[in-house]
Amino acid sequence: MENIKLHYDVDSNDFSCAGEASGKIKKALKDLGFDASLIRNVAIAVYEGEINMVIHAEGGVIDAEISPEKVTVVLKDKGPGIPDIEQAMTEGFSTAPENVRALGFGAGMGLPNIKKYSDTMHIDTEIGVGTTITLTFNF
Amino acid sequence: MKIKELVSILEGEVVFGEEYIENEVFAACGSDMMSDVLAFVKEQAVMLTGLVNPQVVRTAEMMDMKCIVFVRGKRPDQSMIDLAQEREIVLVCTKLEMFSSCGKLYENGLRGASGK
Repeated sequence: MENIKLHYDVDSNDFSCAGEASGKIKKALKDLGFDASLIRNVAIAVYEGEINMVIHAEGGVIDAEISPEKVTVVLKDKGPGIPDIEQAMTEGFSTAPENVRALGFGAGMGLPNIKKYSDTMHIDTEIGVGTTITLTFNF
Repeated sequence: MKIKELVSILEGEVVFGEEYIENEVFAACGSDMMSDVLAFVKEQAVMLTGLVNPQVVRTAEMMDMKCIVFVRGKRPDQSMIDLAQEREIVLVCTKLEMFSSCGKLYENGLRGASGK
């Protein structure tokens, strides 16, 4: 199998559309016949990342590469950056505004969930420049 | 538990997915926080929530959930019904509040993620 590359733009203007990219990646993996639990791990982690992009960073881009050994997903935004990664990784810590909480997010579980469901997670962030999160999921 | 039994226990109304009510659910979670739901993984689960927005259906999609129950008389809008249709997720409404809905399902044998 040749590596499959997928690219999605995440629009920040419509919260109801957040999850489109994750859903498409999930469907692509399903169509390729991967194991259901692996697909779910990828879908949940990418969905949390996509939601974060919409909440904090006015959107961004998601690139996924599917190889015979692993799935690599890169979520890149030009948002405000994360001042304290350790704090942001703490379950329950959130800087999401009240309107986002009213929609069911901002419980401070986003980054912890992304870490939980991925095999490796690397955060590259710079204040005022943006954040890139690289995830791998091994088969 | 079959979805149709769940509907009967909750005195619910199937808003979408009558054709899937013979499907089984093996676990349940009740929450208005989708991030908490995403921290819970169990195949063929049902989500109970008082939250009404499209992200509820998307969360269920990511979790491979088969059914969403809207408690306290909440009703999904057409955009949510359309999303559920594409994903074959049953939507149920009940007038019962969250506590009573969860209690009734627990009483009838359904359990949470821990199985307890």
